[in-house]
Amino acid sequence: MAAAPAKQNKLVRWVDHRLPIFTFISHELNDYPTPRNLNYWWNFGSLAGIMLVIMILSGVFLAMAYTPHKDMAFESVERIMRDVNWGWLMRYLHMNGASMFFIVTYTHVFRGFYYGSYKEPRELLWMLGVVILLLMMATAFMGYVLPWGQMSYWGATVITNLFSAIPVVGDSIVTLLWGGFIVDNPTLNRFYSLHYLLPFVIVGVVVLHLVALHQHGSNNPLGIDRKGPQDSIPFHPYYTVKDLFGLFVFLLVYAAIVFFAPNLLGDPANYIPANSLSTPEHIVPEWYFLPFYAILRSVPNKLLGVVLMFGSILILFVLPWLDTSKVRSATFRPIYKWFVFVLLADCVILGVVGANKPEGIYVTIGRLATFYYFFHFLILIPFLGWFERPRPLPTSISTAVLAGGGGLSGAGAPMEKP
Amino acid sequence: MRKLALAVLGAAALALGSASAADEPKLPVEHWSFDGIRGTYDRAALQRGFQVYKEVCSVCHAVQYLYYRDLGDLGFSPEEVKALAAQAQVNDLNDQGETIQRPGRPSDPIVRPYPNDLAARAALNGALPPDLSLITKAREGGPDYVFALLNGYVPPPTSVKIAEGLNYNLYFPGHQIAMPPPLSDGAVTFADNTPSTVKQMAHDVTTFLSWAAEPSLETRHYTGVKVMAFLLVCAGLFYAVKRKVWAEIH
Repeated sequence: MAAAPAKQNKLVRWVDHRLPIFTFISHELNDYPTPRNLNYWWNFGSLAGIMLVIMILSGVFLAMAYTPHKDMAFESVERIMRDVNWGWLMRYLHMNGASMFFIVTYTHVFRGFYYGSYKEPRELLWMLGVVILLLMMATAFMGYVLPWGQMSYWGATVITNLFSAIPVVGDSIVTLLWGGFIVDNPTLNRFYSLHYLLPFVIVGVVVLHLVALHQHGSNNPLGIDRKGPQDSIPFHPYYTVKDLFGLFVFLLVYAAIVFFAPNLLGDPANYIPANSLSTPEHIVPEWYFLPFYAILRSVPNKLLGVVLMFGSILILFVLPWLDTSKVRSATFRPIYKWFVFVLLADCVILGVVGANKPEGIYVTIGRLATFYYFFHFLILIPFLGWFERPRPLPTSISTAVLAGGGGLSGAGAPMEKP
Repeated sequence: MRKLALAVLGAAALALGSASAADEPKLPVEHWSFDGIRGTYDRAALQRGFQVYKEVCSVCHAVQYLYYRDLGDLGFSPEEVKALAAQAQVNDLNDQGETIQRPGRPSDPIVRPYPNDLAARAALNGALPPDLSLITKAREGGPDYVFALLNGYVPPPTSVKIAEGLNYNLYFPGHQIAMPPPLSDGAVTFADNTPSTVKQMAHDVTTFLSWAAEPSLETRHYTGVKVMAFLLVCAGLFYAVKRKVWAEIH
């Protein structure tokens, strides 16, 4: 862990003098000072990065055997499942990988909510994260269209049609998305092209996300700044090994789904080839879009529904300025702490509403839950910052940690140990 | 605090979930040889099921994603697969570019009963028999649904008026299905002397169709157990290493 152990080797020194990759690795991966008190919720960032790599790799292999044509796409997926060596594994890894990627990312976002990771000086870090989330959603949506099953086709029809709500240019945008006047072969072709492109755009934004992260380092469960070297430990070996342990626990869950319940999260209708003459009785997106779908359908006006649906994500961009509290960690915010869980419950309720037909009680629940979602961000968070009296913050990370955490909040404690 | 949060979530999910219970009858749960993490396809059931498909279902239903070569998986020898393929006549071109018919080969897709959907509808009073190669994955309830449907032809309640050309089925959505009861006791004669009751044939053909939809299931289960064991050992090792490394600074 000395400044540059790599310098010992002559060749390494020669390269490093001209291209400082070894210094870079040493600074950003090896010695990189990290708060000593990160809990397991901080594993989800690296897990998301690993999921991105798994998705790109499995996707590259799938692309070798996939045919982006409306008459052949469905069958080519079946050929991957049946005739390509380990094709079934690549496809199940990829299709369930999308779900795992969203589980990890949503957890990562809620970690940010709870510990105030979006606050000064990490506003840009947070906003880059929201950009990544939006890109992920676009990529996942277009990927779901590629097998050209019934849900692919009708999901694409419903979602692309939303853009027609935009005044004046709406219809032209929809025609542009479709490459014609209905969802058809040109739509499939352009979605395939973009589905292959966007993951690499995500990689680029992830790099920026990491640059922004390393500028001020990770936030931590106490939400207070590091005061000196006693508050930090080097990333390697402490967090490399902690991340690796978490990774394998995560992979156990992922593998259990891929090998023993690969179609658990999918819709059976997507094993029926797309048919433009037969609308499925119940068009639903994949589970990770259900809360947003519920918001969309809760508003009787199409344009307003679309605005609120996109607004529900875009609002996250201004969260750092909506939150008026200077205290980052919810551990020291006795009221806000509860509302993070209320928001989580609200999102789950929206998800359930999105999965059901918009009839009867679901309409009312959906509207209330949609109202609460925006109420949380626009009213509750700004006002809470003014009225809430935070508990006293510890003087430093090391005093809090080395005191054994006993004097610390009992509320934060359950989250800190495995 | 966390307990309470979980309770709130659970209650919300339950309250919403129970409200969605539909009026459709619950599917009877059948035991399948391929259930569970170590499940495999019962070869005898697969071969009987293929016989039911071939002698009954294939009159109307295709399995368009299957090739004759795939039948080797059912436990047929290469010679038997060749013989099965040769029973069919497939369209091909000769050297002069003329359309001819020749006996099928293992490399041919299993011949469909109708050349296309239009021909099927024209022959069947407008009804289109769905392709069966993915049917157990393409229906809510999977194999249990297919099995229930095949056993679901019961006399309709007196209040129900059956439309012309349709049949009452307890498990079909809407209960009115174009397919007449496909199976009747003794419809096929099994070589292994298994009594061919409707229930037995439905069970066997559903096993066959489950294989048709997911031929990689056995490899998947077998690989999965090994992968899980590997990951479990790695997770344990890394946990031990993590404890050791962190012990210095705790």
